[in-house]
Amino acid sequence: MGNRNQRAWVRMGLILGLFALAVLIAAYAASCQRAEKVERGKAPTATRPSTGGGGMVSAAEATYVPPGEKDDYYLFYSGGHSGNVFVAGIPSMRHIATIPVFTPYPSTGYGFDDETKKMLGGFTWGDVHHPNLSKTNGKYDGRWLFVNDNANNRIARIDLRDFKTKEIIDLPNVAGAHCSAFITDNSEYILYGTRFSIPFPIGTYAPVSDYKEKYKGVVGAVRIDPETGKMSTPWQIVTPPFDWDLGATGHGISHGWGFWTSYNSEMATGKLEVTASQNERDYTLLVNWKKVDEILENNPNLGRVLNGVRVLEPKDIKGAIFFIPTAKSPHGVDVAPNGKWIVASGKLASIVTVFNFEKILKAIENQDFTDTVFDIPVLNYDSVKEAEVNVGLGPLHTQFDNKGYAYTSLFIDSAIAKWKLEEWKVVDTIKVSYNIGHLLVPGGDTVEPYGEYVIALNKLSHGRHLSVGPSQPESSQLIDISGEKMRLLYDAFTEPEPHYAISIKASELEPKVIEVYDLEKDNKDPNKITSIEQARIERTGPNTVEVWVALVRSTIYPTEVEVNEGDTVIFHLTNIEQTTDELHGFGIVGYNVNVVVDPGETKHVTIKADKPGVYPYYCTNFCSALHQEMQGYLVVKPKR
Amino acid sequence: MGFFERINQYLHSSFGLVGRLLLIIAAVLIAYGAFNKPLWFMEFEAQMYKDPPLRLYIYANRLEGGDVPNRDDIREINALNHYIGMDPIVAEDFKEFLWLPLGFGIIVILLLRAAVLGEFKTMIDALVIMLYFGGFSFYDFYHKLWYYGHNLAPDAPIKVDPFMPPIFGTKKIANFTVTSVPGHGSWMLFIAGGLILIAFLYESIAYLKRQRQGAAQTQAAPPN
Repeated sequence: MGNRNQRAWVRMGLILGLFALAVLIAAYAASCQRAEKVERGKAPTATRPSTGGGGMVSAAEATYVPPGEKDDYYLFYSGGHSGNVFVAGIPSMRHIATIPVFTPYPSTGYGFDDETKKMLGGFTWGDVHHPNLSKTNGKYDGRWLFVNDNANNRIARIDLRDFKTKEIIDLPNVAGAHCSAFITDNSEYILYGTRFSIPFPIGTYAPVSDYKEKYKGVVGAVRIDPETGKMSTPWQIVTPPFDWDLGATGHGISHGWGFWTSYNSEMATGKLEVTASQNERDYTLLVNWKKVDEILENNPNLGRVLNGVRVLEPKDIKGAIFFIPTAKSPHGVDVAPNGKWIVASGKLASIVTVFNFEKILKAIENQDFTDTVFDIPVLNYDSVKEAEVNVGLGPLHTQFDNKGYAYTSLFIDSAIAKWKLEEWKVVDTIKVSYNIGHLLVPGGDTVEPYGEYVIALNKLSHGRHLSVGPSQPESSQLIDISGEKMRLLYDAFTEPEPHYAISIKASELEPKVIEVYDLEKDNKDPNKITSIEQARIERTGPNTVEVWVALVRSTIYPTEVEVNEGDTVIFHLTNIEQTTDELHGFGIVGYNVNVVVDPGETKHVTIKADKPGVYPYYCTNFCSALHQEMQGYLVVKPKR
Repeated sequence: MGFFERINQYLHSSFGLVGRLLLIIAAVLIAYGAFNKPLWFMEFEAQMYKDPPLRLYIYANRLEGGDVPNRDDIREINALNHYIGMDPIVAEDFKEFLWLPLGFGIIVILLLRAAVLGEFKTMIDALVIMLYFGGFSFYDFYHKLWYYGHNLAPDAPIKVDPFMPPIFGTKKIANFTVTSVPGHGSWMLFIAGGLILIAFLYESIAYLKRQRQGAAQTQAAPPN
C-alpha cells in the first residue's frame, strides 16, 4: 500500500519536474523569438505599385514613398552656381540634404572651420556642373562623387561614406572647367578640358585680336589614387583654341579613350553666338589616354612642365589623338553601355550623330584621314559614321537605358526623344516643361544602366509652381520609361541650378554610409577629446590660447573662456556624442563663427579676439531639451 | 535504523548514470550560458528610439549596448539619464563583474565534482550553493536597479520622483517604455537548475526504490 502510494508520488514528481522544464524551455524559446523580432525591427517595405497603365492616381502611386519609408535611388544634383550638390531621392524626388562643395554653407558650418576654409582657398562660390560617381568595371562602386567647378577650374571629391567634401584641387592652365568631371570605367582618370581658350600658360597676356595664334585650349586627365581617392594632375594636352564643351569616357572596346566635343572650331571671337556658329561641322576630339600613359612611360620627360602639370603637344602623342567632324556646335557626347556607339548631339542641327567605334579603330588603322588640324588627324566622317538620327530640335545630351533605347534631350523642342539603338529610329517623344538641358537615366553612363526612369533637368519652370516672384527655381521632371510610352510622373523644383545629375541605387550605397564617427576608430584628430573631463583651456603661446571643447548634451565645456584682446584663440571642437543625428553647433555672437560638429567629429576654428567685451557662444544646431541652455561666454579682456 | 542514520546513508550513497549525465549537461549549460550569454536584457523604447529601441545587455562580466550602427546605446542611455541626475552606468561600478564569474565557476566545478564523485551529498551541495548564489545575485540585481532609480542627483535639470526600474516586464518611465527580462544566459541557468532538480528527484526516487527492494528481499529471505 505504502509502496504504491510512493510510486504515485514518484510519478507525480517526475511529471511535475518535466512539466516545469517544458515551461522553462517554452519561455526561453518565446524570449528568443521576441528578441529576434525586435532585432529585425524595421517595418517591411511595401512594394510600390507598378508604374504601368495611365492616369494621375497611378502616377501618384508610382512616386509615393509612405512616411517612414525610403526612396529607391539616391539622386545627386549638381547645384550649378550655388556651388553645392543637392541630394534627393527617386521616385519621391524629395530633397534630402545639401552637400556644400565650393561655397561656404552655414547650415553645416562648411567654410567656417579652419580645414574647410583652407580647402575653399578664398573663393566663396563655384559653378558645379557635372557630378560623376567613381566606378569599378564600368559600374558605380559607391566610393566617391566628383564634381567640377566651371568658374574657378577646380574638381572636388566628395566621400560617400560620410557625404562630405574631402578634397578640392585646381586644374592648371584651365579657364572654365566645363567639360569635366568624366570618370573612366575603373576610376583611373577624371577627364577635363577648358571651356574658354586663353593665352597659355594661364596668366599670360595677349590681346583678343591674337586669338588664333596666341590662345590655346587644353584637355587633360586627373589621376585618382585607387586607395585614397586623392587626385593629381599628371598630364594635359594643348589643343587649338576651340571651346571644349562636354566629354565622355569609353566602355568595353572604347575603354581607354576619352571624348570631348567642341564649339567654335571657327576660332572666332566677339559675338560668339554668331561667329562660332558658322561651320556646319565642328569636331569631336578622341584621346587614347592609355596610349598617352604608354608614351609617357617610355619617354617620361616628354613635353614641358607648366604649373605643376606635364603639358604635351598633339605631335608628342601621335597615334593617340584624333578629330571627328561633328554637326553642328555639338554639345553632349555620350557613349552607349556597349562602348560601340558614340553619340554626339548637334545642338544647332536636328540630328545626333552616331559613330561606330569599331569603324573608328579601323579608320585609324587604315590612316583614313581627310585632313590634319593643328597636328591632329581628322578621321574620314563617312567611314566612322554609323547613323545620323533625326531626333528633333536642339539635341543636347543622350542617355541610355537597359533595353537598347537612347533618350536625347531637345532644348528647343522642350522634349525628350526616345530612339532605338541600331534601328536609329525615334519611337516616342514627350514634352517637358521647359527647355531641357541634361537628362538622366539612373546608371545611364555605366555599362549596365538601371533604366526605370528618365529625369528631365529643365532650365525653365515658370507657371508650374506657386509664384515666388521673378527669381525662379529650376524644374526636374520624373518620367517613367518602363513602358513603351514615356509617362510624366512628377514635377520637382530645386534651387538654381542643376545641370547634370547622377543616380545610384540606394541598396548599393546606403549600407556603406556612416552617420557617426567612432571616437576611437574614425576620429584620428590629434586634438580630439573623448570626455568632458578632457575639456580645457591652455595658453600655448604669448598671444595664443587653445581651447579643447567638448560638445555634448547639453553643455559646451568649458562654459567660459577668458582671453586677452588681440589673442589668437584656437578652438578644438569635439562632439563627443556617439549617436546618430546628435549634432552640435558652435556659434560665437558677433564673431562670424558657426561650426557644426557631427557626432564623434573634431573641427577647428581660429579667431582673432580683436573685439573686447563679452561674446556668448552657443549651440546653433538644435540638439536636446536643454539646447537653449547650451551656452557659454567668450570674455575678451581689453588691452590697457 | 534511525532517521539520521538513514539520512546519512542516503547522503553517502551514490547515484546513477542518469543523474550524473544531467549534472554534466547542467554544468555545460551554466558554463556556456553564464559566460557567453547576457543574464539580463533591458530595452528602452521611445518615439525616437524605436527602430530599434535602445538596448542594454547585462553579462556576468560586462555591459553591452545594442548592436546598432551609428549609435552607442550605453553612452546614449547615460546621456539621457544625466538629465534626471542618475549615475552613469559604467562597468567600474559593478563589483558584480568580479564575483559573478567566480561564483558561476565554483558552481560549475561543484556540479562536475558531483557528477564524478556521484554521492548525493555532493549533488545537494551544488544545488544548495546554486540556489543561494542565484537568490543572492537576484537580490543584488534588484538592489542595483533600486539604487540607480533612487540615487538621483538633487541638482538634476529634470526632477523625477525616485523610481524602481522594472526587473520583470514593462514599465513606463517619462517618455520611455522600459522592458526588462532575463537574458538567454539566465534562461540557461534556469534550465540548468531544472535539470539538477530533476536529477535530484529522479536519483532520490531511484534510491528509495532500491532501498525498498533491498528491504523486501531481506524480508523474503527464509530465516536461518
